[in-house]
Amino acid sequence: MQRMVLQRILIGLVTLWVVSVLVFVMTSLLPGDVAAIVLGQSATPETLAAYRAANGLDQPLIFQYFGWLGNMVTGDLGVSKAGGAKISDLISGRLGNTMFLAGLVAIISVPISVGLGLLAAMYPGTWIDRSLTFGTLALISVPDFFIATFAVLVLAVQLGWLPAIANVAPENTFWQMARGIAMPLIVLVIVVAAQMIRMTRAGILNVMNSPYIEMAILKGVKKKRIILRHAFFNTIGPIVNVIALNLAYLVSGVVIVETIFSYPGLAKLMIDGVQTRDLPLVQATAMIFCGTYVILIILADVAAILANPRLRNPK
Amino acid sequence: MAELFEIDNLQIAFRKEDGTPVQIVKGVSFKVKAGQVVALIGESGSGKSTISLATMAYCRPGLHFPGGEVRLHGKDVLAMDPQDQRSIRGNKVAYLAQSAAATFNPAITIGEQVTEAAVLHGTLTQEEANKRAVDLYRALELPDPDRLGKRYPHQVSGGQLQRLMAAMALVSGPDLLVLDEPTTALDVTTQIEVLKAFKKVIKDEGSAAIYVTHDLAVVAQVADHIVVLYSGEIQEQGPTDQIINNPKHPYTKRLMAAVKPTPKAGMGEELDEEHQREIPNVEVKNMTAGYGGIVNGKPAITVLRDINVKIRNSHVVGVIGESGCGKSTLARVIAGLLPAAKGEVFLDGKKLEADLKNRSKQELQKLQFVYQMADTALNPRQVISDILGRPLEFYQGFTGTERREKVAELLRLVELPVEFENRYPSELSGGQKQRINMARALAANPEVMLCDEVTSALDSIVSSNVIKLLKKLRDATGVSFVFISHDLSTVGSFADEIVVLYAGRVVEQGPVDEVLAPPYHPYTRLLISSVPELRVGWLEETMQKREMAVGIARGVEITDTGCPFYNRCPIAIEGTCNVEIAPTREPHPDHFISCHRTMEEISEAENAPQQVLHGFEKAAPKGDKAAAAAL
Repeated sequence: MQRMVLQRILIGLVTLWVVSVLVFVMTSLLPGDVAAIVLGQSATPETLAAYRAANGLDQPLIFQYFGWLGNMVTGDLGVSKAGGAKISDLISGRLGNTMFLAGLVAIISVPISVGLGLLAAMYPGTWIDRSLTFGTLALISVPDFFIATFAVLVLAVQLGWLPAIANVAPENTFWQMARGIAMPLIVLVIVVAAQMIRMTRAGILNVMNSPYIEMAILKGVKKKRIILRHAFFNTIGPIVNVIALNLAYLVSGVVIVETIFSYPGLAKLMIDGVQTRDLPLVQATAMIFCGTYVILIILADVAAILANPRLRNPK
Repeated sequence: MAELFEIDNLQIAFRKEDGTPVQIVKGVSFKVKAGQVVALIGESGSGKSTISLATMAYCRPGLHFPGGEVRLHGKDVLAMDPQDQRSIRGNKVAYLAQSAAATFNPAITIGEQVTEAAVLHGTLTQEEANKRAVDLYRALELPDPDRLGKRYPHQVSGGQLQRLMAAMALVSGPDLLVLDEPTTALDVTTQIEVLKAFKKVIKDEGSAAIYVTHDLAVVAQVADHIVVLYSGEIQEQGPTDQIINNPKHPYTKRLMAAVKPTPKAGMGEELDEEHQREIPNVEVKNMTAGYGGIVNGKPAITVLRDINVKIRNSHVVGVIGESGCGKSTLARVIAGLLPAAKGEVFLDGKKLEADLKNRSKQELQKLQFVYQMADTALNPRQVISDILGRPLEFYQGFTGTERREKVAELLRLVELPVEFENRYPSELSGGQKQRINMARALAANPEVMLCDEVTSALDSIVSSNVIKLLKKLRDATGVSFVFISHDLSTVGSFADEIVVLYAGRVVEQGPVDEVLAPPYHPYTRLLISSVPELRVGWLEETMQKREMAVGIARGVEITDTGCPFYNRCPIAIEGTCNVEIAPTREPHPDHFISCHRTMEEISEAENAPQQVLHGFEKAAPKGDKAAAAAL
């Protein structure tokens, strides 16, 4: 089993490395010359050449890549090409905001989704199950920007309960913070919970057809215990994987939601980086997103291995 | 006083899509007295499993009870509210299912699952239940009873799981045990061991039992009273002696006729020399195969060692042995699904590539595989004409009308109506699906069919029909068969030659009449004498023979040195059999036995008066214990 866990971690590292190559190559292919953008009006052929030499941009791509990778690994994310600020400083505040939002969404949505999924699986075909399946299907089908815009329309414009823009700053009080992020929070919980509810329900119902569940019924085990003790433990693997994918989405895929609410998160920083051709910034944020994905998936795989008695206790 | 258990005019039905009810159990009545074992027998679809579940007021989704009563101690359980029904299940009435491997929850320890019912129903506290479970493990002769409960289901063998299920059912001291085909999926040697354990605990616990099976020979060993079912109706019921020795109803007589004969010489087919050629159809030479990486021609886990098998033209080679002995691996190596680590496979004298990927289309066409489970081998989303049409087109280039005609021809060949071409596999019965499964292999126009346990999932009447069909197909097409089965009687009635595999080695091989006649390899003898005979008292007689007790109590151990059967062999020679590889002897031309004993010594042991052993439970050394200690 330890070998399997180590294997997963190794595969994760290889994935990260492949991702780093892709991120670097893709960003280098982006149109636009950093030197020209940074120097703007004052660009002359001499200043451009000087800038490139100073920043190593005249070197072959492969050298640039290893230089960048080396810095990255040692924690030096480089300097923003637009503005000259240290990227680690730019990111740290935003990362905190994103993690704060993602963490809150996870804390709220995971228990709710697993609970509702179990509830739907416990009473299949009843009105509880039907309304949950229908509701989640509807929410999955609607794009997140639509849900976000709709939430703004109702909660901010019509009812005026919440601010339309999620303004957070370190000096805010907790209540101000809570009000500020309420809207993106609600939208994200709705978006990720729908999928997790459906997967939990499907996973449990799939197991519910097994002979060992029929055996539990024939032993006179109560329904609640059948679901929680007999079925749930055999469904942990797939459920954990869906949770991991959704959490990874929270960190990286919330671009649209962050943009709509002007929430100062990491995704919005990346968009700004793309707009200003700030390649080091884009590369750093992309690596953070990919790293989050890889780490979460590794965690999910390890959890699935630990939840499987066959792998936990070999013969 | 009311009967312990009584089923009165029970009806079970399902509703078709248009709402019309279809009865599948049509007014069945029988009684079970305290301490009595009542057998429900019949082929699949007779409603016997459905009735057995009704004893706990349970029916599978889609079914319901339109009428009748199921009375436990005089109270109708069907009329109870769900709370009370639940309090009976696993408490007053306990259930043992066919496949213990599927019935145990893989994520929960054995101990928790065994004790769960007693603790939940409040019959025992957790400590009392644990103690009782350990007592039951001991009574069921399970290895390492004190620590068994902490293990997970995948950590014990199939036969042990089956006995553990008995412990699970008995833990709360039920008044009625319901056993649904509890030994059908087991090897003959394991079946004996499980039957013996079941019979003993039923007797010790004094509980009544309903035993569901299609195997009359098994019924004769365990039941006091037999109920014969056909299509949801009772055909005949009476005491075991009367039903077995003097059946009245024609259907019971038909069931008796389908009982597989005890394997013996003379049951095989006469060798037909008509199609003979010099070169064998398929020849396997010095083959070693297994799983995992191969180092120096030796795989990480060796499954088969030094196998030599010839399949002659239009002959049937039966491969027998207990589960895990490498039967299916042999077929997989021949088919190229598992490349051998060492040795060669020849087809019509030409060496075949070890890996399927490197074989030519003609070579693939000549070797066709038929899988055990037609359910999983046939694509559920394809109609029969597509399932059969695809290989016709791929291998033989038939399209359009020609292809349709060929599909019809194949259906006629396997004795199915031509209208079946538009049906989906789910619309066919188990036996019909197995016929389609074989027609699919025949569609390639093969020379050799590799049949892996094709009759094992079918009940006796259906399986004897499938065997009849296979014989007809061989005569009509001249195809050769590799027929893999753990069922010696079926192999004996169909094969020309038998290969007996034990722990990955061939211990005996030769023509059917030679293999099934003395002198036997000691393992072949154990297999033959483990096949239940259709007579009351056979189990007790057999188990009193010392050699059976030893052979059955111990399990297969895969060894690198010596004879693998050493630990279960009644005539093993200490210091020789466990050290040296057994020499191969040839008592008759083409009949090989691998044994350290000479043929004279083997014959002598066979003819010696059977030593009857009293109280062998104590005397018989436990191989299981040694294995458990090693863990």
